[in-house]
Amino acid sequence: MKPAPFEYVSPESEEEVLDLLHQHGDDARLLAGGQSLVPMLNLRIVQPEVIIDLGRCPSLAFISAENGTLVCGAMTRQMTAERSPAVRENCPLLAKALPYLGGTAHRNRGTVGGTLAHADRLAELPAVALALDAEFIARKSGSERMIAAADFFLTDLTTALEEGEMLHSIRLPRADGNHHTAFVEVGNRRHGFAIVGLAAALEIAADGTVAGARLAAMGVGAAPVRLHEAEQILVDGPAGDDTLRAAGEAAAQAIDPDDDIHASAVYRRRLTSTLVRRAVQEILGNEAGS
Amino acid sequence: MSFSKVEVRLTVNGTEYVRSVEPRYLLADFLRHELGLTGTHIGCEQGVCGACTVLLDGRTARSCLHFAVQVSGSEVTTIEGVSADESLKPIQDAFHHNHALQCGYCTPGFVMTTVEFLKDNPAPDEAAIRRGLTNNVCRCTGYVNIIKAVAEAADNMPGGEG
Ligand code: FES
Ligand code: FES
Repeated sequence: MKPAPFEYVSPESEEEVLDLLHQHGDDARLLAGGQSLVPMLNLRIVQPEVIIDLGRCPSLAFISAENGTLVCGAMTRQMTAERSPAVRENCPLLAKALPYLGGTAHRNRGTVGGTLAHADRLAELPAVALALDAEFIARKSGSERMIAAADFFLTDLTTALEEGEMLHSIRLPRADGNHHTAFVEVGNRRHGFAIVGLAAALEIAADGTVAGARLAAMGVGAAPVRLHEAEQILVDGPAGDDTLRAAGEAAAQAIDPDDDIHASAVYRRRLTSTLVRRAVQEILGNEAGS
Repeated sequence: MSFSKVEVRLTVNGTEYVRSVEPRYLLADFLRHELGLTGTHIGCEQGVCGACTVLLDGRTARSCLHFAVQVSGSEVTTIEGVSADESLKPIQDAFHHNHALQCGYCTPGFVMTTVEFLKDNPAPDEAAIRRGLTNNVCRCTGYVNIIKAVAEAADNMPGGEG
């Protein structure tokens, strides 16, 4: 199908973008890389009156690192981030998750801010943001605020961004201590929509035990979910398979996944349990080998 | 509100074109209907099948997921542009030799994807080829011959293994 008609504007500065958003409110949609929005336009799932294209606003596309905190402008292309040494060095978990986002053609065009603001329940980066306590910088005409990742994702396709507000950038703070991360997912294809995915960040103590754990799953609910019970078990339990199994089991019990044509709720629970074990084993295995 | 036409300026396969189209006009339709370059195929129109893949400023992009106006000023290479480039001929030859197409509907997308894939991965193994092609759909061949073709093309490309 073809999209319904719309008015198109392509502002070249952030001020103009925010003015236009203010002026048009909910009648307008921001177009970033378009890899999620354009299919919805083509299928006429959404029919905005105005499309505000961010593609000609260069100040929104940047990657910088300040004292280990990675700051990524909303219009940074996913492939640019994936290939950025600053991302690999300052935020390895983001670098590990990016190749899963879609095919090469999608990642060439899709943006970091676009996938986060779109907030599909099967998107990888929301789980990464949640696991890393990312901060979302939101701007509207004349003001700016910071939204914590835990408060940003409300439900499927819905974020805390208000009418007239735009995601400007995200900040990914560097974790202290001996931190290691893994991103794992299972889907029908190597890239593209997964069934369940998991972002894991562990702090490893000098004796090789888990001193801190942050786990966030996607595909198990309408928004990404932190797995607090499993994290606690990993930190409290003695090193070994029993603790891993218990953590996986706790993760499976803590979530409330849906049944759909891709997988049953039971399968999603078991998969989450498996992915918790897989991610932790991957991290501890690398740690032992390094 | 009026939905007046907008000017789009694109360099396609080295030639500059200027046309007036509605903002909602997809790049895929622009290439096919405005420029008559019907080698770019449209399968799903939602970014899934890969039949519409072109190179946009040198990197693969789904032409069904871009509005022509949005990419005005860019350089586009379509399958027609690949045929003209002798250095890329090994890809088409390999598809031909290996019977990597039947109806041919998916083929332009596979070839464009392969152009970029082999640039990024000059000596891929089979697993890498499978991963690289995972987002292109073919309803005829069963993929086996496409994978063989890409492996052969890798060997025969200038600067490749062979
Ligand atoms: S037609 Fe564009 S991906 Fe299928
Ligand atoms: S050859 Fe027919 S779809 Fe691929």
